[in-house]
Amino acid sequence: MNWFFLKRKIYNYTALTLSLLSAAFGIFFLFWILKDVLAMGLPAMGRAFFTELPAPPGTEGGGMANAILGTLLMTVLATIIGVPSGILAGTYLSEYGRKSGVASAVRFLSDILVSAPSIVIGIFVYAVLVRPLKGFSALAGSVALAIIMLPVVVRTAEEMLKLVPDATREAALALGAPHWKVTVHVVYRGALRGITTGVMLAVARVSGETAPLLFTSFNNSFWNVKLTEPTASLTVTIFNYAMGPYEDWHQKAWGAAFLITAAVLLVTVTARIFLRRKGRAE
Amino acid sequence: MKIRIKNLNFYYGAKKSLKNINLNVMENMVTALIGPSGCGKTTFLRCLNRMHDLYPGNRYEGEIILDGRNILEKGLDHIKLRSKVGMVFQKPTPFPMSVYENIAFGLKLTGVKKKSEIAERVEKALRDSALFDEIKDRLHEPALALSGGQQQRLCIARAVAVEPEVILMDEPCSALDPVATAKIEDLMTDLKKNYTVVIVTHNMQQAARVSEYTGFFMMGEVEEFDLTQKIFTAPSNKLTEDYITGRFG
Repeated sequence: MNWFFLKRKIYNYTALTLSLLSAAFGIFFLFWILKDVLAMGLPAMGRAFFTELPAPPGTEGGGMANAILGTLLMTVLATIIGVPSGILAGTYLSEYGRKSGVASAVRFLSDILVSAPSIVIGIFVYAVLVRPLKGFSALAGSVALAIIMLPVVVRTAEEMLKLVPDATREAALALGAPHWKVTVHVVYRGALRGITTGVMLAVARVSGETAPLLFTSFNNSFWNVKLTEPTASLTVTIFNYAMGPYEDWHQKAWGAAFLITAAVLLVTVTARIFLRRKGRAE
Repeated sequence: MKIRIKNLNFYYGAKKSLKNINLNVMENMVTALIGPSGCGKTTFLRCLNRMHDLYPGNRYEGEIILDGRNILEKGLDHIKLRSKVGMVFQKPTPFPMSVYENIAFGLKLTGVKKKSEIAERVEKALRDSALFDEIKDRLHEPALALSGGQQQRLCIARAVAVEPEVILMDEPCSALDPVATAKIEDLMTDLKKNYTVVIVTHNMQQAARVSEYTGFFMMGEVEEFDLTQKIFTAPSNKLTEDYITGRFG
């Protein structure tokens, strides 16, 4: 074998080894996190964890039922606020604005919003909602989560709608369909799975946010479903318990960490399977 | 006469793509448009249902008179025009829904509401496009699961179902094999009993087989427009003769 081919082989194996090592590096930490969360969190699980309120500081026992409910409540409300507006904005970008100046501006701003630190969004909502309303509330928490969700949904919706070929739009318009009917009945239909998957991923992402909730929904040791009251969430509870002085709190924080990781993983994996099935059907 | 085109010029932005087109489309006949790639056949076809209006910067001059009315005039209802002038595209464009819904979509647009009537007309459209027997068990499967030839016939069925008066076809067979092409050519022959058909094609034999009139396009102009028989046996223009005998293009 001459030198020329040997050189190519060496390059090839070097590149392959480096990329495999990098992949292993990333996956290693993922599994490490999963292992620790599982090992430390699982013992905290139990009926009380899901059904009881937190015990007073310093006493053993109690659960996180109110935080589980709070996280669910705020995530659902954030989805109700963030998803429809995000999908409509994505529709504007893909179906109406296209290359217009307004559309480029919206795209640019939503890219900035994606990279805005979530704590900044928390402080922003504190300034515009918490202070005027004179108190922390589930509503403020949901709004903060919705703002984080919004740009992700906007861009995913746009990308998924753009995957529907223009030829399909033209065909529908050529039948004499008005623009809005083409969008609603044909284009949405083609992008439905992709958008649903994107929304699920966005929901999974915000359900694990802590920083924006610290100044907005704050915390609560009791049951609460009122949107105007401070509300407990799993992530803020993890934050507080992990910083606390009691071993029992640390145990519970691991339990909450396990629960939230499992939930996010479940949603993400479901979304992936959903998307893959789409690939096969078409 | 169904459509009369008078001194039509068309611009993509600053670029003049059609120059002084004069042409008549006869009712209940097939008019074929041939010519080398980039000569303006498709651009011309897309003027007839004002498809160019979907994109900014396009401009028409001249007149296209459909049933006595200039369709280039300001304030024309594009939706009405397009329900009267249907279109079939080069690549099959099934909607991402079932076979049945593909056709029902168009019917609902035209205001058909009764479920039984929709079912009847879907079946009729599929029979008219010689597709019903092949796919009668797959009506509720995704249209994208059909073969390319079936998809294209579905698109024709969909265009026909809304009962337009004119059907524009932009190289409808270029993505299909010879068997599927033959089926679609048969279909065109049937269609002209009820419809006026304008077809763009790169296949000269196809133009000769299916059309009554042929227009030869070259560099955005109509070099020759005449009876198909005359164009293919005794063209009066040297360029036409060179093109159809394969000396260029």
